[in-house]
Amino acid sequence: MIVKAQTLNPHQWVELHADYMYNYAITRINDDEQAKDLVQETFLAALERVNKFEGKSSERTWLTAILKNKIVDVYRKRSSGLIHTDVQHAEQEQADFFEPEDGHWTAERAPKVFGIDYHDPLNSKEFNSILQKCMQKLPALWLSIFTMKHMDDASTDIICTELKVTPSNFWVIIHRTKLNLRACLQKNWI
Amino acid sequence: MGTLKKITHNCHKATFLIEKKLIGRITLREHIELRIHLFGCSVCRIYQNQTKKISEMVRQMFHNSANADKHLDDSFKKDLQDQIEDKLNKN
Repeated sequence: MIVKAQTLNPHQWVELHADYMYNYAITRINDDEQAKDLVQETFLAALERVNKFEGKSSERTWLTAILKNKIVDVYRKRSSGLIHTDVQHAEQEQADFFEPEDGHWTAERAPKVFGIDYHDPLNSKEFNSILQKCMQKLPALWLSIFTMKHMDDASTDIICTELKVTPSNFWVIIHRTKLNLRACLQKNWI
Repeated sequence: MGTLKKITHNCHKATFLIEKKLIGRITLREHIELRIHLFGCSVCRIYQNQTKKISEMVRQMFHNSANADKHLDDSFKKDLQDQIEDKLNKN
């Protein structure tokens, strides 16, 4: 059997893939205008390199790979210059959660049992809106790292390389992000 | 203070290991230290349950939103396809 190589048909790109790519972008960058711009830029960039398409993947997979790179560029721009302060901030504010001398939870910030423990939050619409609000409060770099890890299951190495953070800073940020998210959820849970 | 003693009393370190274990790998020694800590620390046990659930929910939320059916409006799409056609004609 001969496997037919995939081909590109730019005349159909918008009709076949634009909505898919728009959804892909907006869930990752959470900005409508920027998501539209990225879809547009992706198609135009793709046209420049149609001759590099080898037919090994589907048209959509190929276009999505280009879009993905553009999304990482957005993450990088959003968080550039903030990396140093973000990590410092993360380490300093750790003191809010733990006693500096022995690492115990501070009385004020110690986790308590709340709604998340006895409801199935996966089925809760209210939960999603609270979670989204809490995520919006995170610094841009943290949110980028957190999104890459949980949405696309990107490897830690790739995230560190692409966003230019060291592995140890990566873990500091993940830890801090979860501490904040959990505290925010407990505080705002209805 | 020995390392073992440190972790059994250190919620900062324990929660760090909980997070690392969730999405990465921790060493055998760290596993043992964490277990001992959790055995004696009910607050971190609460934390562990909640943070696991939060990870699941976050993944679920991303997954749902990725399957959401948002549509670009037709005029935007038409402009976009026109741009593509223009560019194709120039080459």
